[in-house]
Amino acid sequence: MDDRLILRVGTKILIPFILLFALYVQFHGDYGPGGGFQAGVIFAAAFVLYALVYGLGNAVKVLPPHAVYVCGASGVLLYISVGLVGLFKGGNYLDYNVLAHDPLHGQHWGILLVELGVLITVFGVMVALFYAFAGRRRIDP
Amino acid sequence: MIEIVDIVLLILLATTGVAVARQRNLFAAVMLAGIYSLLSAGLFMVMDAVDVAFTEAAVGAGISTVLLLGTLALVGHEEQKPKHTPILPLFVVLVTGAILVYGTSELPPFGAADNPAHLHVAPHYIEESEHEVGHIPNVVTSVLASYRSYDTMGETAVIFTAMVGVLLLLSRGPLPRRVFHEGRWMTLRPGTTREDLESDSDGEGDDPLGDVSGAPGTSAEEDGDG
Repeated sequence: MDDRLILRVGTKILIPFILLFALYVQFHGDYGPGGGFQAGVIFAAAFVLYALVYGLGNAVKVLPPHAVYVCGASGVLLYISVGLVGLFKGGNYLDYNVLAHDPLHGQHWGILLVELGVLITVFGVMVALFYAFAGRRRIDP
Repeated sequence: MIEIVDIVLLILLATTGVAVARQRNLFAAVMLAGIYSLLSAGLFMVMDAVDVAFTEAAVGAGISTVLLLGTLALVGHEEQKPKHTPILPLFVVLVTGAILVYGTSELPPFGAADNPAHLHVAPHYIEESEHEVGHIPNVVTSVLASYRSYDTMGETAVIFTAMVGVLLLLSRGPLPRRVFHEGRWMTLRPGTTREDLESDSDGEGDDPLGDVSGAPGTSAEEDGDG
């Protein structure tokens, strides 16, 4: 899409706001609608938009596929390890009360970390799915 | 007032559904499916399920539309005429739909305070979340991430599994790699190695995958494992 100036410039202006909105959705999930899943999707949407306008080749330069796969896996690992930390600190699996001295602080940390895990996984998976679909070439019979 | 919104949204939803089914142009069908998702998000919004509406709008109307468009770039825009008559599928759909509508007549009324869903653990979550989980005004978050965090872990694992499945099915051969060559980073096309860069001085590989609009045959490079 080299000739579509408005689209290219508009995308460049929009992307920082999309990323910022994703972070807002992530950290405002305690007070309003939203959370890790929605934030991850919006974060991924920024990169999908970039790939749609500037081409998949440029998007792969910004965000290489292997980094995306690492994201997809490490979010789940973060989630699981939060549960394991609770186990090692003497509580049940995914018991946040034991994560800090004050149970409510522990809950706060636990929710923050698992939501971060969900964000990272959903972001990675959504971009990976997009790369997988968009990266295939049409096979003409 | 809210009933009017409900009725308008449901009529639009039904119209869009029929239009998707009748549409032979797949590009239009994908666009209508996105509109369908957006209308469902509106319905969830009316039912005060803002988190669900948010997800539906982001995933259903956003990402999955893009994924479907990416698929259309591969399979073409026109649906072929079916070889069979639509009588049997129509019959199956009508019978299933009738059973589902009959089933809803047994459901408790929407939003009634004595619904089973509101009598089991929900009152505990709503009343005790402040003391047990802390100051999180959106109880949905405290239920999802704290009370029901086993479920959310399972969902996260399901999403990860979806990625693994799609990659196993769809990715063909090695992916483009970034290599440091002659003082700068370059993208290595699938099927090429660092040695090809040495022999090929203009092999900058600036667009190894083509873009999504996917004009057939652009920078087509035959890799042998297709």
